[in-house]
Amino acid sequence: MTDETYQQGLEGPPPEERPTPAGRRNKQGIRIDPEVEATHEPRRTVISALVKHEPGVLAEASGLFSRRQFNIESLTVGPTKNDDRARITVVVEEPDPGIDQIKKQLRKLLPVISVRELEPDAMRRELALVKVDAHDPAAVNAVADMYDAKTVDSSPETATFEITGARQKINAAVETFSQFGIREISRTGLTALARGTDETAAAPSTDDAASTADKANQQQTQQYTQTTTDD
Amino acid sequence: MSERAAKITPTDDDEQADDQITDSAAPDAATETEAEADSESTPKPVTNGAESVIRALENAGVEYAFGVQGGAIMPVYDALYDSDITHITMAHEQGASHAADAYGIVAGKPGICLATSGPGATNLVTGLADADMDSDPMVALTGQVATDFVGNDAFQETDTTGVTTPVTKDNTFSTDPDRVGTDVSEAFALASEGRPGPTLVDLPKDITKSDTEVEPDAPKTPDTYEVQEEADPEIVAAAAERIENADRPALLLGGGVIKAEASDVCREFAIEHEIPVITTMPGLGSFPEDHELSMEMAGMHGTGYANMAITHCDTLIGIGTRFDDRLTGGIETFAPDAELIHIDIDPAEISKNIHADYPLIGDAATVVEQLQAAVDSSPQATKWRAQCQQWKSDYSMAYDAPEDRPVQPEFVVEALDEATSDNAIVTTGVGQHQMWACQYWTYTEPRTWVSSHGLGTMGYGLPAAIGARVAADDDQEVICIDGDGSFLMTLQGLSVAVRENLDITVAVLNNEYIGMVRQWQDAFFDGRHSASDYGWMPEFDKLAEAFGAQGYRIDEYDDVADTIQEAIAYDGPSVIDVHIDPQANVYPMVPSGGDNGQFALTEDQL
Ligand SMILES: Cc1ncc(C[n+]2csc(CCOP(=O)(O)OP(=O)(O)O)c2C)c(N)n1
Repeated sequence: MTDETYQQGLEGPPPEERPTPAGRRNKQGIRIDPEVEATHEPRRTVISALVKHEPGVLAEASGLFSRRQFNIESLTVGPTKNDDRARITVVVEEPDPGIDQIKKQLRKLLPVISVRELEPDAMRRELALVKVDAHDPAAVNAVADMYDAKTVDSSPETATFEITGARQKINAAVETFSQFGIREISRTGLTALARGTDETAAAPSTDDAASTADKANQQQTQQYTQTTTDD
Repeated sequence: MSERAAKITPTDDDEQADDQITDSAAPDAATETEAEADSESTPKPVTNGAESVIRALENAGVEYAFGVQGGAIMPVYDALYDSDITHITMAHEQGASHAADAYGIVAGKPGICLATSGPGATNLVTGLADADMDSDPMVALTGQVATDFVGNDAFQETDTTGVTTPVTKDNTFSTDPDRVGTDVSEAFALASEGRPGPTLVDLPKDITKSDTEVEPDAPKTPDTYEVQEEADPEIVAAAAERIENADRPALLLGGGVIKAEASDVCREFAIEHEIPVITTMPGLGSFPEDHELSMEMAGMHGTGYANMAITHCDTLIGIGTRFDDRLTGGIETFAPDAELIHIDIDPAEISKNIHADYPLIGDAATVVEQLQAAVDSSPQATKWRAQCQQWKSDYSMAYDAPEDRPVQPEFVVEALDEATSDNAIVTTGVGQHQMWACQYWTYTEPRTWVSSHGLGTMGYGLPAAIGARVAADDDQEVICIDGDGSFLMTLQGLSVAVRENLDITVAVLNNEYIGMVRQWQDAFFDGRHSASDYGWMPEFDKLAEAFGAQGYRIDEYDDVADTIQEAIAYDGPSVIDVHIDPQANVYPMVPSGGDNGQFALTEDQL
């Protein structure tokens, strides 16, 4: 300030003379007991979205995740039985309110028809192609058998296997194969479907959707779904 | 604006129907009128994509569009040539997008802007992002290189849908001349349905030039777009019970209240149950600030009393607000004792920043009516109301205006408010002047406050004043309260205001600083004025005259009232260069991430 004698500002009791409420919220804006701090820990879960099969939809969905800083583990997309529809499967790791936001933000995208978080018992698969040195074909094949890996290519120096299954199984297979020398690996993200007659993510009937939206919201905000254990 | 007032909208069916009814008594006249009406209501058939685009706008009742010409958009402009839509050529596409945005805010229906491909489209981006943050209805139409060239880095090619995806509600790349009109109709419908926002249609030149006779469909949102109008009755009932039992209830009205035309029902609700009302910055005007229940605006530069009320309430009814960090301050200390009843049309806003105990998804007007019907008895909150009044006097917004100091900005804002009617529209740039415009103007009506809230875009004020002027009633004054830095960013818009003879008054609160930055440097960077001290500014009154506008200058208190009077009375654009106290700062202030209840009243309280 150039003019020391002129102090601008308003009148009123200063901050230290004002009452302050006792309550507090956590980072997620939920009121908490300040004595027992309750933060939500991140959990891994699978979200499936049925979308219109049109150019740009994947870019729109992935752009949404990156610009909102959602922590994505994997994202896959592929056609469905209906030519006009594709399914996006995302694995995310976020605290519950974050997972809730992801679902709501995804639903807002115009090409998105429906979004659902899968139950922990959903069928989940990944695929990996692993190209290994095959100087000892017998030993290599023995490991392949152990993990139900299928030979998809072989040459005098190499063998390439296809392994499908849960991420842990693929990780384990890769580790075991590494004793032979791995030349290259290519892995997909995870894809998933709900069990039995349960629909993974289907077009909701319109009247239904309207009345359930804030109910679902309230349930979610009161009682979050159980944490998915990784398979 | 007399030309504009005389203009008759050809798409206004009601008016034509009226004509026919009154004329039916005189058969001869009737045939004549019908023939005329016929030639107006059955315009010549669509022959190409561009005509279909314009037809879609006409069908949607569009009267005005703001834009700049260019190669890829030329077919659309060619079709516009035959249309009754009034096009206002802007000096820069950024101005076109801000003008369309402001038009949307004031008129309550989407504003339209046009730009060519490449640089034209990228110049719209700031205005799109601005409208997106503030949920303002707007439709942008951009030219694009012909589809054969797309992806080849052709002359003036930009991936416009790619660039604008994060800053639009939705965008479409048109690929079919038979569909292009319907794409525009859908974009129009989407822009205002549900939570409003900007939409964009990218129009490759070959698509708009191609022959088609297909008329566009009526404006309708796509099937996948679903909006819930009414909230769940069970949660409404629970929320109503909470309100009945509240000791310290407060309403927090956001911009969504104005967009949903819910101001009236919110006023009734607040007044009937005597609940103090706080607004967010975009919510200014939703509740009359001269009413006893009004606590005015909360947040970083909100009033001390609003911030005390929001901090100490036990039941907060937030309507159409997204709990932006400039409102909440630090989350930990935001309304920490309050159970939150949150009404919003967008489910994704619920519990995004602040957890909602009673989530009510739906149209603000509808849900407040539901709540009104469900609340049987008013909360017993006499003590709380008295406390709120006490805070109003403890932390009053009275300021010093010593005669021996340069003119204080607060005084200028109040003088402008006094010189204009209640329904005068205020637009602003971004900075200290914007905050003084929030604090010292008394807003009483919705759609009279037009500012850049979420994005905070310097340069918004003048183009917004142009859009607001076009949308406003003739008897509504349009005042742009600008900063010197903000005004410099888009002042080429003066050429438009002069050409169109738009009656707007710009008051530049000139401190030769980018003042808000200087204030923060004083408070948080040891007064090191890195790149915030302009030291020299053009004489804005003379600059205005160079453009053909009327210029005025204020240096002293004695000039304030008369000069303002004269500038407002001038029929056309005028600019007042107001030399204010360069040291003036905005208070109260909650430092970013701070506790709203701990607002500083002077610099040494920060
Ligand atoms: C386009 C843009 N660039 C930079 C900023 C950062 N900024 C915020 S306020 C401000 C100063 C504004 O100065 P001025 O328009 O003169 O208004 P004052 O604060 O002096 O009233 C700046 C640079 C911004 N908000 N927008």
